[in-house]
Amino acid sequence: MKSLTAKLFVQFFKIGAFTFGGGYAMIPLIQSEVVDKNKWMEAQELLDVVAIAESTPGPIAINAATYVGYKVSGLKGAIAATLGVTIPSFTIITLIAMLFTNFSDNRYVQNAFWGIRIAVLALILKAVISMYKKCPKSIISYLIMAMCFVVVTIFHINVLWAILASAVIGLVSQGIGRKKQGGEAQS
Amino acid sequence: MIYLELFLTFLKIGAFTFGGGYAMLALVQQEVVAHGWMAQEDIVNFVAISESTPGPFAVNVSTYVGYETGGILGAFLATLGVILPSFVIILIVAKTYERFKRSKMVSGAMSGLKPAVIGLIASALVTTAISTFSLSVDWSFLNLRFFLGIALLAVFLFMLYKKVNPIKVIATSAVAGILVGFI
Repeated sequence: MKSLTAKLFVQFFKIGAFTFGGGYAMIPLIQSEVVDKNKWMEAQELLDVVAIAESTPGPIAINAATYVGYKVSGLKGAIAATLGVTIPSFTIITLIAMLFTNFSDNRYVQNAFWGIRIAVLALILKAVISMYKKCPKSIISYLIMAMCFVVVTIFHINVLWAILASAVIGLVSQGIGRKKQGGEAQS
Repeated sequence: MIYLELFLTFLKIGAFTFGGGYAMLALVQQEVVAHGWMAQEDIVNFVAISESTPGPFAVNVSTYVGYETGGILGAFLATLGVILPSFVIILIVAKTYERFKRSKMVSGAMSGLKPAVIGLIASALVTTAISTFSLSVDWSFLNLRFFLGIALLAVFLFMLYKKVNPIKVIATSAVAGILVGFI
């Protein structure tokens, strides 16, 4: 009988090795391995995992792995799951980096990559459309979207400032909204 | 020192991207190009490689940039940098989850961050389009290749919405690119 930590490592290694497309693509696999098969977590708890992964910084996959690992067997579990999900990518990309520079000068490869970059554009376009659909719509939301787009694309302001400013605007505007509501309730 | 710089840069990327995947593209483009570690075009190429290999984009790109700039040790430190903020923050959140869920600070900040991510991905989209189509103000990009590119973009987008696996779309795009190269 393997220890829980070792099992967590193996499960997340498998998840890391077999999901393409990153974070969100990983959730169904976590569902089947962690909830259905091993019964380490309830389905409801997994929804919390997604919510947390979205509202904390960093890659969704790492956030989810760390959280599940911690909930299942503490700090050791968190380390095992995070390492498990990272090692396959790390290994595969290192191998690719060793090989890739050698043939990228080839004319056909360059032409292929021209086509591939257009496919990447399509992927990004689809990502932005689906995120727009999920985002709450309000004047402040549109202003933040426009501000981030303009300052980064046109004025090349550091993305970090755009992110910090957006968080502050969100905090302040919600604070004002609540005060207004509170004031109306009192009067 | 290159190793420290790799570690700190990816630590920053890991600590300041919300929403994962394409949300971090704008920050990666800025940081990696500014350091001269990769050209704009190569980052876009790499997005395709990352889509066609397993694992999260953040880990893939940090490993790749780290390896190209500082070998195995560089790859290790860049990847460690990108996952460390997540790891630490999640450990803290896991312990205080109930309070975190109800926190007005968190929901307030998130109400600003969600639209921010959309603006940032749109920015990455435009940056990527400029480098892919060599867009410029003198309209010199308006040639046959450009219009073929726009047509292909529509086709690939249609395929993605028809739920064709992204890897198949990328494979198709590679073939299309080679064919257009003969024109």
